[in-house]
Amino acid sequence: MERRGVRIVDTFAEAFDMRAARVVITASSPAWARTAGQSMTGFATSVIGCKVEAGIEADLSPADTPDGRAGLSVLLFGFDAAGLTARLVDRVGQAVLTCPTTACFDGLPDAAERVVVGGLLRHFGDRYQSSKFLDGQRYWRIPVMEGEFVVQETFGVQKAIGGGNMLILAKDQASALAAAEAAVEAMRKIRGVILPFPGGIVRAGSKVGAKRYKNMTASTNEAYCPTLRGRPGVHTELPDGVNSVLEIVVDGLDRAAIESAMRAGIEAACMPGVIEITAGNYGGKLGKHHFRLHDLALPVGRVLPDPPS
Amino acid sequence: MVKLTLKEQFTVPLEAEVLSPDLIAPLKNAEIKALPVYHGKRQRRLEDYFTIEGDGSDEIEIDGDLAKVKWIGRHMTRGRILVNGNAGMHLGAYMKGGTIEVSGNGSDWIGAEMSGGFIRVRGNAGGQAGAAYRGSLPGMTDGTIVIGGLVRDFAGLQMKGGTIVLIGGAELRTGAWMTRGTIVSLRPIPLLPTFAYASTYNPVFLRLYARRLAALGVTIPVEEQGGAYERYTGDASIPGKGELLVWKTWNGAA
Repeated sequence: MERRGVRIVDTFAEAFDMRAARVVITASSPAWARTAGQSMTGFATSVIGCKVEAGIEADLSPADTPDGRAGLSVLLFGFDAAGLTARLVDRVGQAVLTCPTTACFDGLPDAAERVVVGGLLRHFGDRYQSSKFLDGQRYWRIPVMEGEFVVQETFGVQKAIGGGNMLILAKDQASALAAAEAAVEAMRKIRGVILPFPGGIVRAGSKVGAKRYKNMTASTNEAYCPTLRGRPGVHTELPDGVNSVLEIVVDGLDRAAIESAMRAGIEAACMPGVIEITAGNYGGKLGKHHFRLHDLALPVGRVLPDPPS
Repeated sequence: MVKLTLKEQFTVPLEAEVLSPDLIAPLKNAEIKALPVYHGKRQRRLEDYFTIEGDGSDEIEIDGDLAKVKWIGRHMTRGRILVNGNAGMHLGAYMKGGTIEVSGNGSDWIGAEMSGGFIRVRGNAGGQAGAAYRGSLPGMTDGTIVIGGLVRDFAGLQMKGGTIVLIGGAELRTGAWMTRGTIVSLRPIPLLPTFAYASTYNPVFLRLYARRLAALGVTIPVEEQGGAYERYTGDASIPGKGELLVWKTWNGAA
């Protein structure tokens, strides 16, 4: 299949079950909300290396926030609720509580599973804290030097999907980067997803484990490294003419959100200089969520039939 | 919705704690009419004083001057009571949930010892709103009371939690012996000497209330452009950790 001269490989992205939380951060200005959001989502690119994957989901208008101030929503993804709780407490405590004028609220009020965040952070108040119970939710008021930090006692956690991905294979670095940037811009317009890597793009795609270092949980994916093409012992997946590859990883609250994001990303990434778009998988053995690129590259509503077995 | 209309005024107060969604919701019209009320020492039927339309519901609307009707919404845990007129003493006492709205004036002991829910009185109110009854230790422990007009003495007496919003201000001894909780006044009020000034600011948590109250047609200021709240903590005679938040515009006008 081709899209504006770009070959779409007949393969699929393999993704995994995760747990997600949505945090709504408000502040006296959109800039301070973004500062807190950026600080909170720093060093959260890979759940393997960072214990959590996080990113800013969307800017929120005052009408969309609990306290009527401008803000944004952050999505965090972890392997399980317990791990996610620990990361929420760490990151809200260190990056939001400390940031001027902010307040922090749950963004998944309908989630059945709830984890305690503000109820633990309240201890920073050293018994000077107080709380308010409103519409079935408790909000903690923690006195700080600037005034008060308000944080919701519990946050919702729901099932989610992590590890959706697409690989952009281009003739040179500039073309790969331009296409990836365009894809990121399109994908970030979709609610319910984040792109956890720097600028939404990862240049260091990995394989599970390592060939030569036994203690490594992940190592470089030599099959997609242009500089290793032709080296003895290296099996390359790169077609002729490809000199740079960039990957976009996408985590989402549900399958539909990831599909929408990947569809938008593929469409935007089909630019001059891009030779092929493919995806990473483990043969379908590790993750139960498969996103077939040919389905996503078609107009919405059209799905290719499965190939005959 | 079940609708009640007061038939006539009376001098002796009527004790009508059956006016609660918890009691009325599961009943048919005939059963509602037979509910017992106490007029002085005499037990009567609810229909002796009210015309009653509709079967039981979580929504109760009552028309008439109910200034002599006590205990409306006592112990209620859910639903909504709308009083088109005045309401008598002990409105929403011991309330745990739900909403009571009164278009006219309230009386003494509004929301006394309540532990949840929302009470709004558009007009004036009597004394001891959200207070503890004589002999009890804690007053209201949670929930919200909003009074549109002037409140008499001892609002929030022995309060232990929750929020009282005094849009029209209050008379004497507001927050006496309160241990916790919040009293917000949009007008200057006389303060007990056992309350200490803490700071002037715009609390973020009030924005949550502002949004909730705006849906009910109540506006409380939260934007810094207009002014800020002076925070007083007390009652130090207990000593308590309660707070009084008194709105002050930047130009000093109330």
